[in-house]
Amino acid sequence: MIPQPTPLAIAVFLVFVAITLGLSFYFGAKAKSAAGYFAASGQIPWFVNGVAFAGDYLSAASFLGICGMISRFGYDGFLYSIGYLAGWVVALFVIAEPLKRLGKYTFADALNSRFQSRGITFAAGISALVVSVFYLIPQMVGAGALILPLLGLPHWMGVVTVGAVVVMIVVTAGMVSTTYVQFIKGGLLVVFSGILTIAILQRGLKVDDRPEASAPQTYLKTGGSVIVNGLPQGRKPGEADLRPVGHVSKLPGGAKETGPLSPWGYLETLRDSEIVLWSETKSKSEGGDLTTYSPVPTPGADVLQPGRHPMFKGLRGESVWPRLNFVSLMLALFCGTASLPHILIRYYTVKDQSAARWSTVVGIATIGAFYVLTLFLGLGAMTSGTIDLTDSNMAAPLLARNFGELLFAIISAIAFTTVLGTVSGLIVAASGAVVHDLLTGVLKVELTDHHKVRVGKFVAVIVGVVAIVLGIWFKGFNASFLVGWAFSVAASANLPSLVMILFWKGTTKHGVTAAILAGMLASLGWILVSAEAFQNVYGYSGDDAAKAALVPFSQPGLVTIPLGFLTLVVVSLLTRRAPATE
Amino acid sequence: MPGFDHVYHAPSEHDDAREIARNARYGLWLFSLYFAIYAAFVGLNAFSPDVMSTNIAGVNLAVVYGMGLIGAALLLALLYCWLCRDRNAPAASWDPLSGKRGSGDAEVGR
Repeated sequence: MIPQPTPLAIAVFLVFVAITLGLSFYFGAKAKSAAGYFAASGQIPWFVNGVAFAGDYLSAASFLGICGMISRFGYDGFLYSIGYLAGWVVALFVIAEPLKRLGKYTFADALNSRFQSRGITFAAGISALVVSVFYLIPQMVGAGALILPLLGLPHWMGVVTVGAVVVMIVVTAGMVSTTYVQFIKGGLLVVFSGILTIAILQRGLKVDDRPEASAPQTYLKTGGSVIVNGLPQGRKPGEADLRPVGHVSKLPGGAKETGPLSPWGYLETLRDSEIVLWSETKSKSEGGDLTTYSPVPTPGADVLQPGRHPMFKGLRGESVWPRLNFVSLMLALFCGTASLPHILIRYYTVKDQSAARWSTVVGIATIGAFYVLTLFLGLGAMTSGTIDLTDSNMAAPLLARNFGELLFAIISAIAFTTVLGTVSGLIVAASGAVVHDLLTGVLKVELTDHHKVRVGKFVAVIVGVVAIVLGIWFKGFNASFLVGWAFSVAASANLPSLVMILFWKGTTKHGVTAAILAGMLASLGWILVSAEAFQNVYGYSGDDAAKAALVPFSQPGLVTIPLGFLTLVVVSLLTRRAPATE
Repeated sequence: MPGFDHVYHAPSEHDDAREIARNARYGLWLFSLYFAIYAAFVGLNAFSPDVMSTNIAGVNLAVVYGMGLIGAALLLALLYCWLCRDRNAPAASWDPLSGKRGSGDAEVGR
């Protein structure tokens, strides 16, 4: 679809950016020490930290990606919501307290509290960098993809704007300003998702029986132009654009309209209704690449079941590999959250273990509420004629537009702020890993407190520039799966060491170093020879990718997380009696 | 207002070994419980997906179980914070893991 940005959306966006930057400069005057810059001096109140957890964690992939996936395929997107939230249980029950007790700025501190080993610091620092960069790329690409439909600006301007604003946030006051930006973003995201959900429930479900609502659509890409439904793409007379789609075709009892519904009533009614979803078939002809979108009337009960998305289709098939792939994905989501460096560093911003616990509870409440709302937002978009067939990420903003331009402008600005909050957290994590772990921990560069802050800011600028370059370079690359990779790599590399060092006295420094490196390299290697990589990165077609893949399923977690544990135990047992050499 | 004020708190870490061990034990118990519920959900979806369409309270098991997992995470998190509270004040308390009643200090040494 051709985007329709509005001056209002641009105005609201500018107000958001101005508030964000103003806040950063206000706090900038206060953060002078390394403890202030990297960990907000442990002075963040637990409630603020809890909501900031949500602001840090809920990336554009959560907000736009999950809503879009639910709007196109139903329940499958909600599986991600469930897995992403469940990971917080590991963070709270297993990791939070010891991490807080043993560390100072980065999670390498906690791993190293018993050993003071350069090997561990090196491995943990590198894995923090790798995971942060994997996470960073889709955020930056997402920023560029968002700015076109929301504000009408080209891709590179979106990437540069986000990069510049984020570097300003981080450089002015480090973790303090980052925290408050994330606090505001997390709060706004949940409040406005709630408002949108109330609007959806108030409107209820309505049958759309106009014949054009169910008419198939075609999208033909030839050379430089696009033909939509037989006409050139455009908004002038004689031109056409793809219609936004998705509607209810039958309500229970032959009703035409339900009126306001309760949340549970909404799901109950939807289950007994018939909803028109859309399938797409691609074909190559002399004229160009033709995509045909056809309506598929689907029982509501089927929409609320897993297994419609291509990734989860195997759950309804015969083969065992897709099922293991699903188990592997859900395991990586479960174990990944508590291993993400930009989430872990947030435990150093509060004063003690009790504050760490309570802020996690606030985080779980905020994030959980948001994920429950994603189901309603996605189903709302699915039934309100607000799905852009060429870009499912636009489901939430388009749904908001359905309820008025102001809501659209605010949701668009929030989507953009979402990127700002997550990227600033990632940049703080990356610069902490470089300065605190690699420079002072591994290379033994002597830095005074004051210099640490200056070098930290310098590294933040560099990481910001790298992020901008990567964001522009990966343009048009469907990068959302990189977030999944980041979870798999984080879980495989970091979780075994974090857990074992806390619960097994026999752990040695060589065991920890080996486990981090083995988990990281094995999961990376597995990913790079998987069908998903052949299809998304090397450009194979779906069938060829499945044949070329060297591993039976794409998600590595099921194999590489246990491998990390095994490596740690074996290497620890082998090196247990060796005298300390460092 | 507690939880909101951005003021400096003197670090109040108290590394009481018994308290650390107690909290870690509660954490592992609750983690195991949640892991079992989550693993059952993943296992059912992977190997017996038809069960997920069972009608429960007007919607299907998939939705009820999914919402339940989100709700259970919050409930267990609150329970954990309550179990880990500072028990220096000698008030009678109840340990839901053992079902025993006793003073806060008695169960720490369990």
